[in-house]
Formats: sequence, structure tokens, C-alpha cells
Amino acid sequence: MTTTISLTDGSTEDAPVPAEKREDGSPLLEIRDLQISFTTATGTVDAVRGVDLSVYPGQSVAIVGESGSGKSTTAHAIIDLLPGTGKVTGGSITFGGRELVGLNRKETEDLRGSEIGLVPQDPMSNLNPVWRIGTQIDEALVANGFQGSKAERTARVAELLGEAGLPDATRRARQYPHEFSGGIRQRALIAIGLASRPKLLIADEPTSALDVTVQKKILDHLEVLTAELGTAVLFITHDLGLAAERAEHLIVMYKGKIVESGPAAQILQDPQHEYTKRLVASAPSLASRRIQSAHERGTEAADLLAGHADEVEATVSDVVVAKDLTKVFHIRGSRPGAHSDFTAVDGIDFALPKGHTLALVGESGSGKSTAANMVLGLLEPTSGTVLFDGKDVAKMSRKEQFALRRRVQPVFQNPYGSLDPTYSVFRSIEEPLALHRVGDRKSREARVRDLLDMVSLPQATMRRFPNELSGGQRQRIAIARALALEPEVLVLDEAVSALDVLVQAQILTLLNDLQAELGLSYLFITHDLAVVRQIADLVAVMKDGSIVEHATTDEVFDNPQQQYTQDLLAAIPGASLEIGG
Amino acid sequence: MLWYLGRRLLQVIPVFLGATLLLYALVFLRPGDPVAGLGGERGLPEAVQQQIRAQFHLDQPFFVQYLYYLKGIFTFDLGDTFTGRPVAEVVVEALPITFQLALMALAIETIFGIGFGLFAGMRKGKFFDSSVLVLSLLLIALPTFVTGLVLQIVVGVRLDWLPVTAGRDPDFISLLMPAVVLATTSFAQILRLTRTSVIENVTADFVRTARAKGLSRDKVTSRHVLRNSLIPVVTFIGVDLGNLMTGSIVVEGIFNIRGVGGTLFEAIQRGESVTIVTMSTVIVLVYIVANLLVDLLYAVLDPRIRYA
Repeated sequence: MTTTISLTDGSTEDAPVPAEKREDGSPLLEIRDLQISFTTATGTVDAVRGVDLSVYPGQSVAIVGESGSGKSTTAHAIIDLLPGTGKVTGGSITFGGRELVGLNRKETEDLRGSEIGLVPQDPMSNLNPVWRIGTQIDEALVANGFQGSKAERTARVAELLGEAGLPDATRRARQYPHEFSGGIRQRALIAIGLASRPKLLIADEPTSALDVTVQKKILDHLEVLTAELGTAVLFITHDLGLAAERAEHLIVMYKGKIVESGPAAQILQDPQHEYTKRLVASAPSLASRRIQSAHERGTEAADLLAGHADEVEATVSDVVVAKDLTKVFHIRGSRPGAHSDFTAVDGIDFALPKGHTLALVGESGSGKSTAANMVLGLLEPTSGTVLFDGKDVAKMSRKEQFALRRRVQPVFQNPYGSLDPTYSVFRSIEEPLALHRVGDRKSREARVRDLLDMVSLPQATMRRFPNELSGGQRQRIAIARALALEPEVLVLDEAVSALDVLVQAQILTLLNDLQAELGLSYLFITHDLAVVRQIADLVAVMKDGSIVEHATTDEVFDNPQQQYTQDLLAAIPGASLEIGG
Repeated sequence: MLWYLGRRLLQVIPVFLGATLLLYALVFLRPGDPVAGLGGERGLPEAVQQQIRAQFHLDQPFFVQYLYYLKGIFTFDLGDTFTGRPVAEVVVEALPITFQLALMALAIETIFGIGFGLFAGMRKGKFFDSSVLVLSLLLIALPTFVTGLVLQIVVGVRLDWLPVTAGRDPDFISLLMPAVVLATTSFAQILRLTRTSVIENVTADFVRTARAKGLSRDKVTSRHVLRNSLIPVVTFIGVDLGNLMTGSIVVEGIFNIRGVGGTLFEAIQRGESVTIVTMSTVIVLVYIVANLLVDLLYAVLDPRIRYA
């Protein structure tokens, strides 16, 4: 199933046109010593500090970096689309030998679209919801001097959409963005970006908002299309695996500077800079294994316990069991009395053994989060049961259910949204303790300090507010809050998906350590199979509300039984790459 | 779409019944005997008073009076005023004047409100934006009768550019000043609403995409920023049409215009329940229809909204 280019040793010679061979030709885009600053209330912030890069005609280059590294800022500066107060304060950008810094408005407008195209990041917000897809492409044609009648333009629009891989393009052109899925919208955005045949296409995280199988299809298509048209591509991505798979030349950015630059394979196998080494090491891929340290410590802990009490661990009991769990949503129709049913979760069974991690994996819309919400008791199942320690949650009294909440705690995806911005860190963590009337003020404060220690944050953090903390720190706070009531089960709903890869690795390690120390059981909801490999013992793959495959992690990864699982595995960026030296 | 329209039109029935009942009850609860005050100093002879009371069913209990009123409406007979003119005639005479006034005010506030709001929003934080914001606050704070009287003195009396009052059968010119006065508050609100909406949309991702396509600045502004910013503004304008109808009561008083507001004002002073209820009901109906139109327009502006 792996159709991706394999970048193992020596394969650079086979790559279409390696960058190094073109050093004598003149580059299409050349950035020299670029400096970009933002003016804020507290002074100027240098977002990009002396960046040099070149893109040759037809070449694909990727800039890799975490959020805040200046990768997108660099890309947007090329077509003068810096947000807010951003300004190029030094250096030069030349395109086809022409200086772009300091062009007037008209000249920049002429350049955009016709010479340099952009495929933006989020397909949900980048199409104007009030115009038809066709109109939005037509605009691009007209603005860039397409000569032709209305009918010719309409035909051209359909042709472009078809080329971007939209079936039934003529009809699609008359539809509005909200009638499309994310993948189709992204294809429309690609059609817009390539509408006027630019020489350079800037692809700014073009697929980071999409499911992995959709991402693969779209990137494959984009690759074929740009190769046919001879378009140079500048990829902006946070995903090292994706960058290496899709680009010949990699540029690694960190804190506004380029720390490493070179052919993709070379950087992956022999990273020179400290940051790149860490990035390569923590890139989740199929090659990575379950994080070991914690596991070993867990075994030790179990041994100690075993010495203490004999009855421990004869057979591991299941702490959470879902039996034939089903959730049907009634969708009210337009006509009086008319409604349709949508089965989000369709009779699934799974069991979470005590002290272990079960990953529910699936793409968006597969029902994994709905299942998690039923386990948390936030949604009532339509039918089927959730058993907690063998007891049916639905049959519990209100009081028992309230007590149950202490034993099952959630950590959600977005650490920016799940912490109340008006609560101090202390108040956020203390709230569940106060709610369940645990201890007095003094003992609760001591407990908050313990919890902050547990998630490796300084105790002084408790006087701060969420907006003063980074994404990774906030997720640690969210974990501390979840642990406050000493739960037995954590439901982690995409808990690391919003984090940069290095931070993600830290949080996963933390979760592993906590599991070993506290004997926690995790229900881990994710779309990211590479993460699953690092944390889960058991995997349940969900598709369209059903579990298609349920086995141990090693079985699923080494010997996937279902076609769907195989597709998912094959679609992980960098799946076929050898990472690390 | 038809289902939606049908449902909305069906909603008019309970609103209409509720509005008339409530208005009728309010008028009924007014203290004092309207007939007693009709004859001036000396009052009308007892026999005539009795006759008028019987003619207008004023001697009947409340619900009977209301049912008589409803019966009148469904037989297209709205009844007569105390002076003997059919109420329908009074409505037909007053309505077009107020309508013209309201539409003129609506045009003024919409054109200038959206125009200034767009301009200010595109130049957020600059001199024009800041000064327009202060001015709009001032306009919102000033009561209509203050702006009305000031304009009358300055533009009407001192400068003599426009007629001071409108009087009977007003033309476009004489309604201009009242329309401006009527429009001021809403103008300031539309301006602020448009400005906020524009500021929000200017930084939207799809606007950046539109610029990346190579569209000229004017095209981006008109097709992507303004177009999307109009959606909340349109909602406000719909609600405001009703406010303009009621706001005209004060403005018509200041400028001596015999529209819905002026007639209603006189009817309230006389305690002429039939006229009060009918005029107020007309305003309620205009409100309902305006909001229906806005909801339909909403779907045109925002394709994500579909009424099925």
C-alpha cells in the first residue's frame, strides 16, 4: 500500500531534480537575510531573524517548525500578506530576479495569484461562505487577466475543479462552501491557488486540518499536479514526516531562525543541529514503540505491590466495559414532524483493563468522541450499557453517579478552550476538590501543590492565569485538574493533538509515568495512529460508528486485518521513511 | 421555502390577536370617561352621551367591546371615530405619509451608516475612525426632540434652507428634515454595527485568501469584506423599521405632520379606543412583515441559511 517515495540511502540521486544540481541555475525565489518584526503594546517582537532560502523552478521545498517558529510569517511576507502589525524590517526577497520588498500595492496585486499562488491552512475558514465555489475561482481568473467570455470562464472553472480532483465539477462549481466536506474545500482552494498557473505555490499547512487518509489523497494529487505544471512548491508544515515525504529540500526553523537546511533524506538521517535532532527523535512514526521507561517502572511497581499483598494481579480486571453501546441522534427535519436519525455509535463493545491504555482511533465523524462522552456520562446511550467496575452506570442513583464522576475524569483536546481564562491555575485545579468537598482550604492548597509537582510544573504556577502559559503547560494544568480527585480512569479526548511534536512527546511521557505511578487506566481518543503506538496497549479502530478492528497495539500495527486499518496506517506521513540515524 | 413562508404567515394570526387584545385592554384600563370630555367646557347633553356610548359599545363589558371590534375587522368595517369619520379613512390618509417618512429615514441611515461604518472599520484606530466613533456616541445620547428642535432653529429659521414644519400633504423637501432627525439614532447604531462587523471580517482567513488570489483592494473590500459584514446589519435594519414607525410619534409631533404618529397622539388624548388600537395594530403588522422580509433577505445574503 505504500506508494510514497522512499527516501532511504542514496535515493536522492533518483529524486526528480535535486536542489544541489541546480545551484548553478538562478533560483526562482531567493530570500536573503529576511527580518520581520511585529509591533506590540510592549515593544517590537522579532518573528523572523535573518532567514535565507532559495527555491528553484519546479523544486519543492518545505519549511518545518513548531508554532511560533516564524515559518508562516516568512511565507506570508513573500506575497505581502503579513497579519496585523507585521513588517519586513530588513533583507530582500527576490522572485525571478525582481525585488519584492517595497513593491507598491498595484504591483503586489499583479504578482499575487498570477506569479505566486497560495493554498492556505484551514479549508473551513478560507472560503467565503456567501459566494459559490465557482464564483470564487472565477474571481481569481478575472483578477489575473483571463481573457474570455462568461461561458469560457465557466468552462475553465469546471476544468480547474476537475483538475483538482473534484468529481462532477460543473455542478460543484454552483454549490456553496458549506455544502462541502473539508477535503473537497481544500481541493477547491488548490484549484484557486493554481488557477492562474503561478510559477510558485505556497502551501501553508495545506492539510493539517484534514483526516490522514484525505490528507494523503490530496497531497498525492497536489504532487502530481504541480509536477505536471512545473510549479515550484514551498510547503509550510509542522510535520517532519510529511515534509520529508513531500519535499526534496528541507528547511528547519526555530525561533525565527533557520537552524538546518538540506536535502530531506540527509536531514532525517543525519541531523546536525540540536533542535533538529530532538525533532527527529520525537517525531512519532510507525517505527516508534510504546514509551518504555514508564512501562518498566510500572512493572517494578507491580512487583513491589505483589510482595506486599498476594491477591494482586492474578487476572487484570476490566475497569470500564462498554456493551453494545449505541447512540442515535434525532435530527429535526424542516417539515412538521419530519426527522431523520443519525447513528453516531452503532453497537460497539470494548473493555479497558485496569492500569492499561485503550486507544479509540478513527477519523472525524467515526463516533469516537461520542463514545467517550458516553463513558464520561456526558451523553446518555440510546441503548447498550457502560459498566464501571462491573456496575451499570445507567442503573446507578444520582448520588452514585456523582461519586462515579470522581473516578472518571476527562482531559480535552484544546487546552486553550478547556481552562476558564478568568480562573487562576490554582482555582482551576482546586475547583473539583471544592465541588466534591474534599478537605479544607489548607489541605486543598497542599494538594494543588502536589498535583503541580506531579505534572512537573513549578508550584508558583498556581498564581498565574491560563493566558500566561504555553499550550503544553496548559495541557499539564488540565491533566493536574483531572488528577485532583484521584480518579481511576482518565478519558483523554485528543489530548495531545493540538500540541507541537516536541511538547506532544513530553506530555505522552508524563502520561506514561503517571500511569505507572498511580495505576491509572486511560481511554485514549485520537485520530493519530503514530501517537497510539507510543501510548496504547490496546487499540479499537472505529469507522462510521462501528469498531472494525480491536486488538493489541502490536497486532494492529504489525498485522492489520482490515483494509481500512491498512489504509490508515499507509496514510501516516513519513510511514515509509527511515527516521533517525 | 413555501413551508417556511406558510409557517411564518400563520404566526401572524396569534400575534395579531394578542396585540389587539393587549392594546384594547390597555385602552380600556385608562382612567376617565372619554365621552364626558368631548363637549368641551359645558359637556354634551346626557342623551347625546348615552347615544355615543351605545354607538361605540362603551356601555358594554370589556370582552364584548373587544369582540365587537374583532367582528368589525373581519367584516372590513373598522368603525368610526368620535367625529364620525371612518377609522379606515383616517388610516389610509395617515399611513402613506408616515411610510414615506420612515422610508426616507431608512434610506438616510442605511446609506450613511453603512458607508461611514465601512470607512471607519477599514481605518480602525485612525483619526477618521476615532472621530466618527465619538460623534456616533453623541448622536445616540441626544434625544430626538433635542436634535429636532436644534435643526428647526438652525436649518429652518436661521439659515432658512428647509421648511420648519411639514403640515398637511407634505412633499419630499419638507419631510427631509424630519427624516434626518428620525434617522440620527439608528444611523449611529448602524455605523457602529457595520464598523465592528467590518473589523471582524477584514482579518478573516477568506479575506486573506481573496487577496492572495490577486484581487484588487476595492474588489476585496466590496465583495468579501462589505458583503459579509452586511448580514448582521440587515437584521438590525429590520427591527429598526418598526422603531422608525413608533419613533415617528415624537418626530411628527415636533414637525406637525399628520401621519400615523400624529393621528395616534391625538387619538390617545381623546381616548378614542378604536383609532388607538387600529393604528397600533397597523404598526405591529408593519413590524411583523418587515421582520419576515428581513429573514428572507437574510437567506439571500447568507446561503448557509436555507428555509425549507
